[in-house]
Amino acid sequence: MFGFSRAQSIAFILMVVLIAVCPFVLYPVFLMRVLTAALFACSFNLMIGYVGLLSFGQAAFFGMGSYVAAWTMKAWHVDASVAIVLGGLTGAALGLVLGYLAIRRSGIYFAMITLALAQMVYFFCLEAPFTGGEDGIQQVPRGHLFGLIDLNNDMTMYWVTAAVFIGGFLLVHRIIHSPFGQVLKGIRENEPRATSLGYRTDDYKLIAFVLSCMIAGVAGGTKALVFGIATLTDVHYSTSGEVVLTTLLGGLGTVFGPAVGALVVTSMENYLAQFGAWVTVTQGAIFMICVLAFRRGIIGELGAFLKISL
Amino acid sequence: MIMIFGVPGPLLFGQLLLGLINGAFYAMLSLGLAVIFGMLNIINFAHGALFMMGAFAAWMLLNYVGIGYFPALILAPLLVGIFGVIIEKTIISRLYKLDHLYGLLLTFGMSLVIEGLFRNAYGSSGLPYRIPDILQGATNLGFMYMPNYRGWVVLAAMVVCFSTWAIIEKTSLGATLRAATENAPLVQAFGVNVPRLITLTYAGGVALAAFAGVLAAPIYSVNPNMGSNFINTVFAVVVIGGMGSIMGSILTGFGLGVVEGLTKVFYPQASATVVFLVMVIVLLVRPRGLFGKAA
Amino acid sequence: MALSRRSALLTAAALPLIRPARAQAAKIKIGVLNDQSGPYTNTGGITSVICTKQALEDFGVSAKGLDVEVISADHQNKPDLAVSIVRQWFDRDGVDVLLDVPTSSVGLAVQSVAREKNKVYLNVGAATSALTGAQCSPNLIHWCYDTYMLSKSTGGAMVKAGGDSWYFLTADYAFGKQLQGDTSRIVTDSGGKVMGAAPYPFPGTTDFSSFLVQAQASGAKVLGLANAGGDTVNSIKQAHEFGLNNSMKIAALLMFITDVHALGLDTAAGLNLTESFYWDLNDGTRAFTKRVLPKTPKNYPNMIHAGCYSATLHYLKTVAAMGAAEAKKNGVATIDHMKAMPVEDDCFGKTIIRADGRNLVSSYLFEVKTPAESKGPWDYYKLKATTPGDEAFRPMADGHCDFIKA
Repeated sequence: MFGFSRAQSIAFILMVVLIAVCPFVLYPVFLMRVLTAALFACSFNLMIGYVGLLSFGQAAFFGMGSYVAAWTMKAWHVDASVAIVLGGLTGAALGLVLGYLAIRRSGIYFAMITLALAQMVYFFCLEAPFTGGEDGIQQVPRGHLFGLIDLNNDMTMYWVTAAVFIGGFLLVHRIIHSPFGQVLKGIRENEPRATSLGYRTDDYKLIAFVLSCMIAGVAGGTKALVFGIATLTDVHYSTSGEVVLTTLLGGLGTVFGPAVGALVVTSMENYLAQFGAWVTVTQGAIFMICVLAFRRGIIGELGAFLKISL
Repeated sequence: MIMIFGVPGPLLFGQLLLGLINGAFYAMLSLGLAVIFGMLNIINFAHGALFMMGAFAAWMLLNYVGIGYFPALILAPLLVGIFGVIIEKTIISRLYKLDHLYGLLLTFGMSLVIEGLFRNAYGSSGLPYRIPDILQGATNLGFMYMPNYRGWVVLAAMVVCFSTWAIIEKTSLGATLRAATENAPLVQAFGVNVPRLITLTYAGGVALAAFAGVLAAPIYSVNPNMGSNFINTVFAVVVIGGMGSIMGSILTGFGLGVVEGLTKVFYPQASATVVFLVMVIVLLVRPRGLFGKAA
Repeated sequence: MALSRRSALLTAAALPLIRPARAQAAKIKIGVLNDQSGPYTNTGGITSVICTKQALEDFGVSAKGLDVEVISADHQNKPDLAVSIVRQWFDRDGVDVLLDVPTSSVGLAVQSVAREKNKVYLNVGAATSALTGAQCSPNLIHWCYDTYMLSKSTGGAMVKAGGDSWYFLTADYAFGKQLQGDTSRIVTDSGGKVMGAAPYPFPGTTDFSSFLVQAQASGAKVLGLANAGGDTVNSIKQAHEFGLNNSMKIAALLMFITDVHALGLDTAAGLNLTESFYWDLNDGTRAFTKRVLPKTPKNYPNMIHAGCYSATLHYLKTVAAMGAAEAKKNGVATIDHMKAMPVEDDCFGKTIIRADGRNLVSSYLFEVKTPAESKGPWDYYKLKATTPGDEAFRPMADGHCDFIKA
């Protein structure tokens, strides 16, 4: 139905089972962080893996989604579902504007212009009064879902986050395996040929970019609900860098890579926290090893070893 | 008193001059980046870390060996240049055939490692480095009070930048270098050792960063984070100037310093962001950069 | 094959995460959360952890039959990372006391978590006076300084000495703005005036020259530095370069001995600053420093480090009085007990804790010695004025703390 191969279906089922079992073994709030990071990485992977464009400003959409969700929850007391949807719409709207400016560039220039635009979004968030500057928007209530389900319980929140993640994950997969996705891959492989076949390649890329930004916004909005806080970290360029690391580590252009990358990177951040300055050294070293030794990432290398596409 | 846009004229002139001084650092750093990018096709994100290492090398020379500022201006770039040779030979040379992205990611990782190690060893409060005695003090220019050391920085930076430009554009070594950038196999066929040329280019670019680091040491505190504060702006400079363009990066470096300086007078909060605004505009209007050659 | 490899990988990644919730009620866990890799590493960092452990040693926990463990983590100055670490500490790792937490935005972000989980929150490192004001909590004690106390001591003294017109160099974020605001009020209340301010982008500004030239052009007598850490060090250094120290007085509103060390006495000499602890202040502080110094030889303790020691020691005394099981049960009750007991230790002498959670330590205005006056390593300060604890801080009524309703 979603265009999974046999191996991918098995892996997907396994992933769902893990998502269902893990909260009984592991700390749910930590897992929610992994899930939102994974969804964020999926949104990035959609651009780099299938359109071949490296966005170095993905944090702008994640962060704005998170700010808008947090602000609407806190100021307007909207339903949790509305907040998350608004987060996604914010990401999409911002993506439309910035994408319109950026999409005609490719390669390193696309990376640079997205970085520059994201820096301007960062500046906006730093100066705009509603974001609370350096303090961010704190003590955001989790509220209720559909007016019924109280999300203050960590486990309830976890199931909602898991549903959002799986929904986003399937959406990305559906996009890639639709005729639209096939055109995108065609553009990635040979843009002049796609143009000569009559495809308006810029439009295709822009739509993909907007979808990617929307998913990033949803991930940001969900994160804001989980932790009850939206801060400048979410829009900072280091967050953009981290999502590149996550996806690279998991495997660029693989289906499950972003999720695995998110699990590894988030665990590292969490469990290396006690080692202080060694965190950055470790992260940097992993980056280097990844680029030098296994560029296909964990899932990419695993897939190559098993001769299947994951 | 002359007023310009509601700001006293002398104050504005002072700001222009200060902008030029900051521009000197941007110019030196982006020049190194441009040289490395032109020759190696590597976007050297570790440039900020190497700049920082230059400053630390000067500090170590002074505190461990007792070697002062002026010898350090030569020695520190030499030491960091040797470090550059080592990392080029062992690590960076593996990436030449790959997409730019991988070079960027690798050197990004490298800068995290280098900065992390220095932070572990020296903390992050920063270490003091004195301005050399003959450059102490300041001169009254009439419209502002100009520290002698800053004047020296602009002078030294200009000399270094333009001699680098002259070496690349006007000497036979530079001609070989440019030829190797265009067509490496052909130059190799003429009997030039291209890999060695590449290594030396990297070392040269790195040495420029280290030189800038030594110049910066007395102004800013010698601090593991000093490079990462600069690196984003410097990248923007390279992109605006046109990637790989030598003169472009020098002129843009000084120019953006001035733009930033003016922003500090009229809207200080935005002074870190204005560079990116310029970058977006340039990329939209003239994607190859102000001085870049057509792709 | 695919299954086993994949799940093996995940299990391997997950192994360290599995930690059963502990059931032993009597074990006390103290979590030190601060910056261990960023700009505030030396002002807090690992030395805070060392001083916390020193308190365990000096109190003699094992001799008194207590089982206490100290854990620590790096929050990288990110509020969201801090919130998730703290939640995990409280939910999974059985942490009872949250200690240090510098950086105002982070200190405020974890406030609500400590309150929600009803734990003990002893903030030492954060500067913002909002912790005991608009965003106060019955689960908190703010230990050794805040923005109000700094601006009152340094600002008040400067105005008294004739520095009645100010220009601020302000880090453009919550902490900088608050420090500027608090100090402006003190300056205008004591009859001075504020000539202007340059809010500069934070973080990422390394060159302050153009702001400094603007400050000079303003004609103000005092340059107020509403910033911290490396920014303060850089701005003082550059102020000297431009000869500002000849025409203006420089007031570093938040500066620690570790920053003075980074700056070097050549440049720092003559600066006025406020701390509530100095290692060479009296017999008590010297004794404390002598005990702890072998463990942190390169970084002398500043007021934050001493604060971590003092807060831990007082907490342990409270636990001994209440019983460990009782102290673990209810954060508010433990905090109330701590407020009721007088504080006394080597670092701050005798102090009392106010109902809103403000520990009323005395604040000291120091002047940095010249290289000629300094007799040994880290001999940096001479005492100029002392403000007793009951005058040093914002009066409780002005804080508008909501849980205190007469």
